Amino acid sequence: MIDILYFAWVRERIGLAREQVDTQAATVADLVEELRAREERYALAFSDLSALRVAVDQDLTDFDAPLAGAREVAFFPPMTGG
Amino acid sequence: MRIVVQENPFDLGAEANAFAAGRTDMGAIVTFSGVVRDDPAHPLRQMVIEHYPGMTEKALEKIAAEAQARWSLGDVLVIHRFGPMRPGEMIMMVATAAPHRRDAFEAAEYLMDYLKSRAPFWKKEQGAEGDAWVAAKDEDEDALTRW
Repeated sequence: MIDILYFAWVRERIGLAREQVDTQAATVADLVEELRAREERYALAFSDLSALRVAVDQDLTDFDAPLAGAREVAFFPPMTGG
Repeated sequence: MRIVVQENPFDLGAEANAFAAGRTDMGAIVTFSGVVRDDPAHPLRQMVIEHYPGMTEKALEKIAAEAQARWSLGDVLVIHRFGPMRPGEMIMMVATAAPHRRDAFEAAEYLMDYLKSRAPFWKKEQGAEGDAWVAAKDEDEDALTRW
């Protein structure tokens, strides 16, 4: 099981802040494919990956990052701190 | 190094004084504070900042540690708020202490450039025309290339 977290408009579009997913996905991109196939709201949220960033276990990474051993994956738009 | 992520307002003067107090070997203290800015053309009721608890602190610590590795600094302070705030309220501050001013200025700029696009905060503006997430700017990403 992996915890998946959504922030900002990704959270709003999917309608959830976090959920647990039982997945065998090998990479973040594979996980995104599984989520897209679920429902329209996921397909919409993940329609343009260039507009999204991903963190695995709270470290920024890429969509081709492996998920082996990962406990937490977060999807969000580019950050706007400061 | 001190990293604070909090919902409540902070007192810039008190924080700057506490940060500077008791240092006899630091010739330069630089502070920067970011403020919620209203736009008369699009009046802002409030800004709401969302963040990623856990990752936020880790990301800020990493950015501050990198600044300490690159410049000769005595100390670094970062305070960043989340939650709702009104125009004129302070969102965040950084402070750097260094023996000489160039290190203090450059490190403060570095901290700002990185925490704008590498610390997991998201701003939403709420105004008369509705709510809108603030989009990241290409120039903020480009600013990282100079470091």
